[in-house]
Amino acid sequence: MAKNMTINLRIWRQKSPETPGKLVDYTVSNASEHMSFLELLDVLNEQLIASEDDPVEFDSDCREGICGSCGVMVAGIAHGPQQRTAVCQLHMRSFKDGDTITVEPFRARAFPIVRDLVVDRSAFDRIIAAHGYVSVKTGSAPDANAIPISKDAAEEAMDFAACIGCGACVAACPNGSASLFTAAKIEHLALLPQGQVEASQRAVAMVDQMEAEGFGDCSNYAECEAVCPKGISVSGIASMRRAYMKGVFSK
Amino acid sequence: MSRPDVTLVSALMSPVGRKVLTGVTGIGLVAFVIVHMIGNLSYLSPDPQAYNAYAHKLMSLGWLLYTVEIGLALCFLLHAIVGVSIQVRRRQARPVGYKAYKSSGSPSRSGYSARSMIFTGIILLGFLILHLNSFKFGPGEAEGYTAILQSGEEVRDLRRLMTEKFREPLYAFGYPVVMVLLGMHMRHGVWSALQSLGMMSRRLSPYIYAFAALLGALVAIGFLVVPLYIYFSG
Repeated sequence: MAKNMTINLRIWRQKSPETPGKLVDYTVSNASEHMSFLELLDVLNEQLIASEDDPVEFDSDCREGICGSCGVMVAGIAHGPQQRTAVCQLHMRSFKDGDTITVEPFRARAFPIVRDLVVDRSAFDRIIAAHGYVSVKTGSAPDANAIPISKDAAEEAMDFAACIGCGACVAACPNGSASLFTAAKIEHLALLPQGQVEASQRAVAMVDQMEAEGFGDCSNYAECEAVCPKGISVSGIASMRRAYMKGVFSK
Repeated sequence: MSRPDVTLVSALMSPVGRKVLTGVTGIGLVAFVIVHMIGNLSYLSPDPQAYNAYAHKLMSLGWLLYTVEIGLALCFLLHAIVGVSIQVRRRQARPVGYKAYKSSGSPSRSGYSARSMIFTGIILLGFLILHLNSFKFGPGEAEGYTAILQSGEEVRDLRRLMTEKFREPLYAFGYPVVMVLLGMHMRHGVWSALQSLGMMSRRLSPYIYAFAALLGALVAIGFLVVPLYIYFSG
């Protein structure tokens, strides 16, 4: 039998990008320890709808930690206190009965608030559009295994490709930097032979777009790695810097 | 394949370049404090003129010394300018802060040392100005601070100046406090510089982080033993 919990929530409510927001207190008295944090918000929203209040807006989609749609600050930490989980996979058993939990949107100038906990993360899409791809002529499918790739390189590329673009790295960074996201999107290509050809110009184009979007500078706090639901390593940021500086010397 | 759209100047102005500049100038400054710290330890040598002889040797390097001094001044200036600009950008990047915020813990490196870089940096800059005023531009041979080396040469008696200064409690205890802050600044700075210069792999990272802590602690201890020795032996 699941334990019943009473959870106090302090949630950021903001009607529109222009109107000022504030933290509002709510209590959910019929929470289960097996609920995910998003399910707790669903229960709260049922309560709010029943009392004819506006439900709390938040993003979510797959609810199994792979789509990157969800993401809020839970008790001061992006995606909450449990590492390597998106907030949809964070369960109420991580909290105690009677806890008060502050819930805020991911904050950055480049992530403008749409409403409540929903922010516009399309700055990430523009960073990818800048050069987050390999330029290829599409034709018939190439032979499988025509290009040898070592196991280590394939594994490392996959580790960076695991980035779901949720934006927790930006939200947690004391400087509001998007370096971990940008590095992951550069490195998962640069580690493979098909992506190596354009490694430098890709790094330059994507880093320049990151700057243009108004993200902050990286101070190597590595807070991003700690909150990343996929545990992406800041070593990718070091590689991204190498690739960028190589661009200066390439002909 | 097209050429990356980047020049050396544009690269150094970019988010990557700003970190490279901070890292390179930081490494230059770390090299300086290590040499300075080892030089200071000559105060503890059994030869009472060892410190003055070392200082005199440095001063007699002439243009080589001036070149190094200009290089160091440039390092300080660039390091400070980029450091402040990163801080300014940080405010712009998140105009509305969090009501609740905390670190998620390891593997985050966002501890006291990392979060206080701007404060320890500003204190170190203030300290540098006072320190140059007390010692480098302090009283010399003209004011009677003269020592005679074993070779018979008359040189500036820096040892006497140092001994007098560190008999004062404010110097004797203020200096070590600033040196602990320097150690903290290096604790994050050394690891951060190597990460900024791209010299980091997942395998090396924990060792470099530990090395940065060790180097920061050694430099702080190396600097603070001399004033404490002077104060308590006086």
